[in-house]
Amino acid sequence: MEHIELFFKSIFIDNMVFATFLGMCSYLAVSKKVKTAVGLGAAVIFVLAITVPLNWLLDQFLLQPGALTWLGAEYADYDLSFLSFIMFIATIATMVQLVEIIVEKFSPSLYNSLGIFLPLIAVNCAILGGSLFMQSREIATLGLATTYGIGSGIGWFLAILAIAAIREKIRYSNVPAPLRGLGITFIITGLMAIGFMSFGGMLTGGDDAAQPETETVQVQDQPETKDVSLVKEENNTEENGMSDMEQKTLANNTINE
Amino acid sequence: MGLKSTLHNLKEKYKGTKMAPAFNALHTFLYLPNETTHNGTHIKVADDLKRTMNTVIMAMIPCLIFGMFNAGYQHFAALGTPVDFLSWDAFYIGLIKVLPLVIVSYGVGLGIEFLFAIIKGHEVEEGYLVTGMLVPLIVPIDTPLWMLAVAVVFGVVIGKEIFGGTGMNILNPALTIRAFLFFAYPTWMSGDKVWVHGAVARDKAIAAGENLDAISGETILGALAQGKETVYSVADMFYGFIPGSVGETSTLLILLGGLFLIFTKIGSWRIMLSSVLGAIVMGLIFNGLVNAEVISQGSKFYGLMSTPYWEHLLIGGFAFGTVFMATDPVTASQTNKGKWIYGFLIGFISIMIRVFNPAYPEGVMLAILLMNVFAPTIDHYVVQGNVKQRMKRLKVKNA
Repeated sequence: MEHIELFFKSIFIDNMVFATFLGMCSYLAVSKKVKTAVGLGAAVIFVLAITVPLNWLLDQFLLQPGALTWLGAEYADYDLSFLSFIMFIATIATMVQLVEIIVEKFSPSLYNSLGIFLPLIAVNCAILGGSLFMQSREIATLGLATTYGIGSGIGWFLAILAIAAIREKIRYSNVPAPLRGLGITFIITGLMAIGFMSFGGMLTGGDDAAQPETETVQVQDQPETKDVSLVKEENNTEENGMSDMEQKTLANNTINE
Repeated sequence: MGLKSTLHNLKEKYKGTKMAPAFNALHTFLYLPNETTHNGTHIKVADDLKRTMNTVIMAMIPCLIFGMFNAGYQHFAALGTPVDFLSWDAFYIGLIKVLPLVIVSYGVGLGIEFLFAIIKGHEVEEGYLVTGMLVPLIVPIDTPLWMLAVAVVFGVVIGKEIFGGTGMNILNPALTIRAFLFFAYPTWMSGDKVWVHGAVARDKAIAAGENLDAISGETILGALAQGKETVYSVADMFYGFIPGSVGETSTLLILLGGLFLIFTKIGSWRIMLSSVLGAIVMGLIFNGLVNAEVISQGSKFYGLMSTPYWEHLLIGGFAFGTVFMATDPVTASQTNKGKWIYGFLIGFISIMIRVFNPAYPEGVMLAILLMNVFAPTIDHYVVQGNVKQRMKRLKVKNA
């Protein structure tokens, strides 16, 4: 029951994209076609499913205050949690390399279409976010950490799948010229988040019915203001080439974090 | 004749200028245009966009009239001086409260449509006709008019126009407007005081120390979510003598409207049927959980879970959402197989949200928005499945 609850919670309620707006760089850039979106989504599920439990082990037996007790009683006072960022990222980078090798071996066409974004998963904030949320939410067991990783991955997968299908559908829409491309994608993301707000506050209990509402209102404010302010910038960057845009979206994500 | 020729002259006068679409639209809104094509064949269809929209509006008119009567009826019932349902007093209160909502919704929405048509230089699209009627029917009766206007601006501009206008939007504009109101002004859109005219004002007066009777204007869903007993009979729920937003209360009239839409082939019977099925399945699951005593009486979900599955179809906005909003041809799934999946999930998820998410008893709105988001995905896979099947058939034939 605990597993099922955490699983659905991480897919729908704490959706990586719509609740925390993490992993936006690849989410916005690789969502032009459903097929590549599915590939990247699957890669994210895979990486999250492996890195979150691995990082859980690191956290439990290396990083937490007092985690080193298993070496001997004299190490009980050590607190290595300041190392967690670097350790987590190292694990993630290794895993991403592994995924890259596997994908290149088994599906060269997917490898080519994912291009630069596959190695970029290493710095995808959804992946690091998964591990950091796992740490801050104090997930209790290795099994739960795996469930959390898979659930978050599936949530991200669903989000990129849905927006890729929408972008394929609106390809022939008469979108006003200044909004074409990333501008309209940002707005779609905001609107999709409204749809996902149906789950906000679910399972957390109805005793404080007012609380989830105020919470969700704040979340809503964020994407809207972002839409407006970024529309112009993003359009320019689209012409300047991908790498520029990546940096910018990455910068955004770090701000988000 | 006078008005028609005046409009026609105006149209001719502004032909080719920037304002042309506006006068064109005014002319064709009211009259059949008197131009015909002079050469070559042309397709004649009776159900153009305008006719389609008008059919839906016709299906909603009974709900609107009933909503006006019901608004007054609930008002007086809450005051403790009940009047007859079909009385002038009841209708008058409803009229002066509901009509401004309709006028503001149409005025602001169509104003934006006209503006965008002029700026973009295309004909005015009729897409807002239905949205403008839906909006007053799904908001609480005391919604301040400026709030409604702001929401309509958001819904029409962000929800529809920036995607290229009618037929291109991904979320149902009426629901976008309601969701905007719901999340931006939660105190005006949910709770037990907003559904009856004057209740909020009286509540404030009582809080200020005036000696008035408190009004209970709670919806059935609101009461059930808090584990209270409902005071309304099943007949009341079916005919619609219950508090709620203007148009959603009478299941009977919505049913008639739905049959009318199916008969005229405007609404999709697949979506309506499958979403009712979805709701029944979810309701049965919850009823089964209660019967198997998995959920104890003390659980906070008990009230709504133990509601019989058929009662879920009668209360709240489920019927209205299913008939008039889920079937929106633009935002729903386009493929027949997709419509079954889409509708089923709407029913399923809306009952689930209703039970599990006490903050949003009105799960239908959010369930439809969520499925709007996923409709293109469903379509994509249905189409891909079809393509694969045909490829297989081709291969078998060639082999």
